[in-house]
This record gives sequence, C-alpha cells and structure tokens, in this order.
Amino acid sequence: MTNKLILTTPNDLEVVITRVFNAPRRLVFDCYTKPELVRQWLIGPANWVFVVCDIDLRVGGAYRYVWRAPDGSEMGMGGIYREIQAPERLVDVQLFDEDWTGGETLNTLILTEHNGKTTATHRVKYASLAARDGALRTGMADGMSAGFDRLDLYLQTLV
Amino acid sequence: MMIANSLDNTFAALADPTRRAILARLALGEATVMELAEPFAMTQPAISKHLKVLERAGLISRGRDAQRRPCRIEPKALAQADMWLAQYRRLWESNFQRLDDLLDALQLAEAMPDSPRNEDVKQEK
Repeated sequence: MTNKLILTTPNDLEVVITRVFNAPRRLVFDCYTKPELVRQWLIGPANWVFVVCDIDLRVGGAYRYVWRAPDGSEMGMGGIYREIQAPERLVDVQLFDEDWTGGETLNTLILTEHNGKTTATHRVKYASLAARDGALRTGMADGMSAGFDRLDLYLQTLV
Repeated sequence: MMIANSLDNTFAALADPTRRAILARLALGEATVMELAEPFAMTQPAISKHLKVLERAGLISRGRDAQRRPCRIEPKALAQADMWLAQYRRLWESNFQRLDDLLDALQLAEAMPDSPRNEDVKQEK
C-alpha cells in the first residue's frame, strides 16, 4: 500500500508537501542527507541518472545535485544548509540552475515519528511576493478551466 | 490564433512570476494592458513585453478591437501543460516510492542476523 502525497497551501507564502514513510525518522533523515542514499531515490523519471550528488552536511555547507536525461541534457540545482538538527529538522535555501521558482526558495524538512512511522513535512517558502502570487494565487482564482486547477498544482510542486 | 507550440515555450513563459500573475488575473476574465499593468509596479511597455511572450507560447490571445486589444487566456495550451503537470506529480510519487523501497531495504538489513551463530539457531528451529 502506497502512502499518499498531500499538497497544501497553509498561508500566503508557503506550500507544504506531506508524506508518511513506514520507517523510523533517523533512517528517513539519512535518506535525505547521505549522498549514497540520496542517489538511490531522488532521481525523477526512471531513466534519468544522477551525475552529481555532493552534500556537505553542516550549517553553511553546500549541496549540489545534477541529473542527466536520456537525451543527454542535464538539470542541476544547489543549495546551502541553514539549520541541521538530526534526525528531525533540516533547513536550506535552494535554487535551480534555470531559475523557475522566481528566486531562491527556503525549504524546511520536518520529520516526526509515531509508532515507527515517519511523517515528512516539506515546507517551501517562496522568495518574493511576485513568486508567491504566481505560484500560489494562479489557481485560486474562480472560474478556471479544469486544466488551470492542475496548473496550480504544478506550480505548487516546483520545489 | 492557432500556433503549434512546444511545451518548452509554454513552460518558459510560465517560468516568470509576473507572467504567472498575469495569467492568474486573466483567469478571472479578459483585461486590457492598462488593467493588467495596474497591480504591478511596471510600465505598460514592460507588461506588453510579457504579454508578447505569453502570446507566442499560445497561453493568451489578443482581441481584434484595435484600441483595447483585450487579452484572454487560451485553455488549449494550458491543457497541454496540464498533461506535463500530471507527469510531474507522478515523478514525485515515484521518487517517494523509491524512498519507500530504500527504507524497507535499510530496515531489513538492520533486522538481519549478521552472525553465523544466529543462522545456525534459525536452521535448528
């Protein structure tokens, strides 16, 4: 049985993605912070490959991820760790090489454990009012086509 | 106006926060350049530039009325983007499913008896 991915917009600036994992949080935290583990799941489409997965896990340390698509094109992003509290909290600022989130995003990962299961909560805070307006308000207007509803979801998931 | 647009054009057009905000406004109904420029601290020529990008991507069309040239949203290009979007969500779901598998494997590895003596005890039972 697959746990459900939930997307919410709790306030004007943030988007929150929540997902439960059937494992203790120290393992989930490892999977988010150890390159040899990150490489095994944070891949995107099945036929993409990780070409760079560098993590300097300390406050002020950088991470850099680059993936290669089957057509040879590459997509990269990077960030700087702001707070590290293993195994419950990780805060970083992140930017895609092709800046499609309207500036840096502030990302907070919170892991809570209950009965051996971990709830991972990703909070993504947009860099500017304009970015928020674009990403969050787009789909909230009335009278949209069904496609527009989904577009909103897409914009929200640009994390 | 029907132009065959690649998704690249569509998403490049959507990658700008001002253009997304313009689309959000147009989702409420058609508007003129002047009306669109109002909420932004931008000149009309700057807004017009954004509108050209959106128009080229097929995301909006402009009316024929020469004076007003009202802008309206084009649902077809959005529907195309929508298909890509569904794939994007699936992508994150598959990332997390891979993470599920990895976590299962890590837990299994931790639970496995790694000393040969444990193996012997198991076999005797």
